[in-house]
Amino acid sequence: MKKQAAYAAFVVLLLAAAAYAAFFIAPTDARQGVVYRIIFLHVPCAETGLLSFFVCFVGNVAYVLKRDAKWDWLGVSAAEVGLAFTTACLVTGPIWAKPVWGIWWTWDARLTSTAVLWLLYVAYLLLRSLIEEPERRALLSALFGIFAFIDVPLVFGSIRWWRTQHPQPVIMGGPGSGLDPTMKAVLFFCWAPMLALMVLLMQSRYRLEAMRGDLDVVRREMETA
Amino acid sequence: MGLGLLSNTLVLLGKELRTELRSRELLTTTVIFILLVMVLFSFTFDPSSSEARRFGAGLLWLAFLFAASLMLQPCFLREQTNDTLSALRLAVSDPFAILLAKLAANTLFLLATELLMLPVFAVLYNVPVFPVFGQLLLVFFLGSLGVSVAGTALSAISAQARMRELLLPLLLLPLLTPVLVASTQVTAGLLDVQPFVQWKGVGFLAVFDLVFLTALWLFGEYLLEE
Repeated sequence: MKKQAAYAAFVVLLLAAAAYAAFFIAPTDARQGVVYRIIFLHVPCAETGLLSFFVCFVGNVAYVLKRDAKWDWLGVSAAEVGLAFTTACLVTGPIWAKPVWGIWWTWDARLTSTAVLWLLYVAYLLLRSLIEEPERRALLSALFGIFAFIDVPLVFGSIRWWRTQHPQPVIMGGPGSGLDPTMKAVLFFCWAPMLALMVLLMQSRYRLEAMRGDLDVVRREMETA
Repeated sequence: MGLGLLSNTLVLLGKELRTELRSRELLTTTVIFILLVMVLFSFTFDPSSSEARRFGAGLLWLAFLFAASLMLQPCFLREQTNDTLSALRLAVSDPFAILLAKLAANTLFLLATELLMLPVFAVLYNVPVFPVFGQLLLVFFLGSLGVSVAGTALSAISAQARMRELLLPLLLLPLLTPVLVASTQVTAGLLDVQPFVQWKGVGFLAVFDLVFLTALWLFGEYLLEE
């Protein structure tokens, strides 16, 4: 428990350092002004969310093959944490888009895929809440999680090919795009606290799920006794 | 395995088709549902021929997708209420045959309703479809196969949960986004004044079908565990 508290304090410090870097070290964008600084929250959230969903997928596959409840706990923890980061990403996106693009939302590949991804993992959690028996819940939600994750590249591909009428992304968007080196460094640095936060949240959520699992076993033993 | 799987699948497919053709409940309700959506849709935009060319493809595929999410409900539920799934599992050597038969039946049902409704759509919205009938058939087949593969898997999942009637569309529809996008694009090209085939979309649908068929083949047996 002490270790956990120390780690949480470390995460808070990292977050504070990242906020400092985002506000005071990164230069103000020549065209977008101050509002662009939200990318230091938005981009790391998006990437951390995707990473969490990947962890969820790993947990799902491992559960189906090994049938150890631990993998199920990992799966649900990662899905919830991923959903939290993706929600943050979906909220910060429009806040940036309104002053820069003049619109809150556009149906381009990244936005739309993220929204579909969000819906898929909401469905995953909903499915879990609608199955009582723990083993059945673990297996069926793991299978759905696998199908959902396989779907992600297909969703992205389909929308990117047919639905995007929109400027190329600034980062990794081909020639002419790119970030100022300081901005890039700050952006990478801002990813660290998000990853650390992801680990912290997943750990706590995993512990909670493990306790629930144990409680469930005791309850069932009492019922049969 | 190969031949056994095929013959098992064919026998089971025969059973699915017989069950449906005896009552025709599924086909009738699905056809009426699609018709209803088509009629209601006409109130949401100006249903002239040129507008219908723009919105028709999306209208058709949304109607098909919603209809499918309702049609796929009883697919496993029927086995569950009659407690016949374990008998089926005992009867076949490879449980994949059960899934394969169900998804083949669902594809056929869906395709049949789509083909029934296509002339109605053509008449109601004044869009000629017969010159491109062959190409439309291809898109309808690939799209329906994708819907059925994913839908059969998810109907096996949702049948074991509470609120299953509401749950299946919630699980299925976001998963089918790629099918909706690709089939709508290809169909829109075919309904154009100068019809053309978007082979990229056709290929994409084939890839979707293949990916989900493989996933079903790999993980399908776990879906049927009791």
